[in-house]
Amino acid sequence: MEDLIFNLFIFVLASFVGFELISKVPPTLHTPLMSGANAISGITLIGAVVVAGSLDAGVARWIGLAAIIFATINVVGGFMVTDRMLEMFKKKGDER
Amino acid sequence: MSHLLPEAVQSMIPVFIQISYLVAMALFIIGIKRLSSPATARRGNQLAATGMLIGLVVTLFDRQIISFELIIAGLIIGGTIGAVAARTVAMTSMPQMVAIYNGFGGGASALVAWGEFARAGDGVVTWAGQDLTTAGLGILIGSLTFTGSFVAYGKLQGIVSGRPITFPLQNYFNLLITLAILVLIGLFVIDPLNSHLFWLIFGLSLFLGLLTVLPIGGADMPVVISLLNSYSGIAASMAGFVINNNLLIISGALVGAAGLILTNIMCQAMDRTLGNVLFGAFGGGDETQAAEETTDKSLRKTFAEDVAIQCAYAKKVVIVPGYGLAVAQAQHTLKEVADSLEERGVTIKYGIHPVAGRMPGHMNVLLAEADVPYDQLLDMEEINPEFKTTDVVLIIGANDVVNPAAKSNPGSPIYGMPILNVDEAKQTIFFKRSLSPGFSGIDNELFYAETNQMFFGDAKESLQKLARAIKELED
Repeated sequence: MEDLIFNLFIFVLASFVGFELISKVPPTLHTPLMSGANAISGITLIGAVVVAGSLDAGVARWIGLAAIIFATINVVGGFMVTDRMLEMFKKKGDER
Repeated sequence: MSHLLPEAVQSMIPVFIQISYLVAMALFIIGIKRLSSPATARRGNQLAATGMLIGLVVTLFDRQIISFELIIAGLIIGGTIGAVAARTVAMTSMPQMVAIYNGFGGGASALVAWGEFARAGDGVVTWAGQDLTTAGLGILIGSLTFTGSFVAYGKLQGIVSGRPITFPLQNYFNLLITLAILVLIGLFVIDPLNSHLFWLIFGLSLFLGLLTVLPIGGADMPVVISLLNSYSGIAASMAGFVINNNLLIISGALVGAAGLILTNIMCQAMDRTLGNVLFGAFGGGDETQAAEETTDKSLRKTFAEDVAIQCAYAKKVVIVPGYGLAVAQAQHTLKEVADSLEERGVTIKYGIHPVAGRMPGHMNVLLAEADVPYDQLLDMEEINPEFKTTDVVLIIGANDVVNPAAKSNPGSPIYGMPILNVDEAKQTIFFKRSLSPGFSGIDNELFYAETNQMFFGDAKESLQKLARAIKELED
């Protein structure tokens, strides 16, 4: 129970941090932001790695493998596509 | 991996992992913060990616992990698919791409909850009630994010009809299913060994994802994707509760909050409530009726040479781009036109409606791709006061976002949506393929206004003709 209460504390605090952080983003960046935040939600990859890497389990490993594939698509694709978008933003007269 | 290290070091590993998670978390927060300014956004994204890499690498040292074949295989397969898709996707398809990634993320969270459950086997009886509850919720949210995101993808890609797909009492039916799943989760907590309950929860949650997104019109898909993005964050957080991992809980909560704020901003831009978007089955009005009504009104058609003269001798030209511009891949040609007008001393500005394109900011990305400097792109609040002093407005592939019915016709489905007040300009010119209504399926009175001219044709071809006509003027 203590774990749960502690976890609820950090869940609620992190949510408040998220609200504060994101309320200040200009509309221009909403699409990259959505895509970047989406890539971060691929953090579930860590859970997938734990599930797939524990040898003692049979079926669970394969479920873990599927989870890793899904999460990695989310993470790698998400960050790369966000980078591709942001790479294009430049000010008038900016030279690369 | 930890068994390879000396014992003294091994005992330090849990602390090392937690501290690395702390660093990763800080990088996520700083990353999102930096994403709030165009100048630092790219760096912010890279910081967040670094945080993810740190989180992943240190997890490999977790004591529970003893085999690496599947992990490596999964990372390679997923990484390759993700990277190839990210490199090849067209910028116009960005909303669909985010939808797909999001679906995979939500699906992964559901799979983690399922995998953890399967890993425990009969041992689940020792799980505390809250673990079973969060596992159930993780499966619910993750699964509905998965199917919902793919329906959203299908609608944007045109595989599934963009029109709302409805049946009587649909909202009540969906509510009933949601309640049923929650009751099943309750039963599952009491009797975790009953696999029927588990599969029912899984199946119904997948089904619920389909049911909740199908009745929503194609024009509202960005809002849906944004909301589902928030869900996938919450799903990751739930998975974090199940495996008791604070990095998952925190990052998931950050993304959950981000998605909600963004969803809210998008709804405000359309002056609708989230409830109206989700349950209103908006859009896809009767197109045939709209076409019949239009036949007795008169239009003023115009041609490239005429548009060229009007623009070249204007002081200020505002360009209002819409999704049609992107579909025609005409951003680069548009930039060419804008450049040649600027050379003649015309002031060029772009008016970007918050929902131009298919997502907030989508149009900015598409124009950035064509090297349009971002300080020329003005938001709705910035550009609206300028229309009174604008000589010519070029509306290219946009419709609903300039439709005066939003201000004047209480019967219109878009009534109340803030629009770009292009009707205040001296002259408007619509670049359109035909008289077809916009994405939301609504006719536009502005077509028939006295200060409006229609330039029919494919956006790209029309702009090419216009570019040539402007060059010929210079001779």
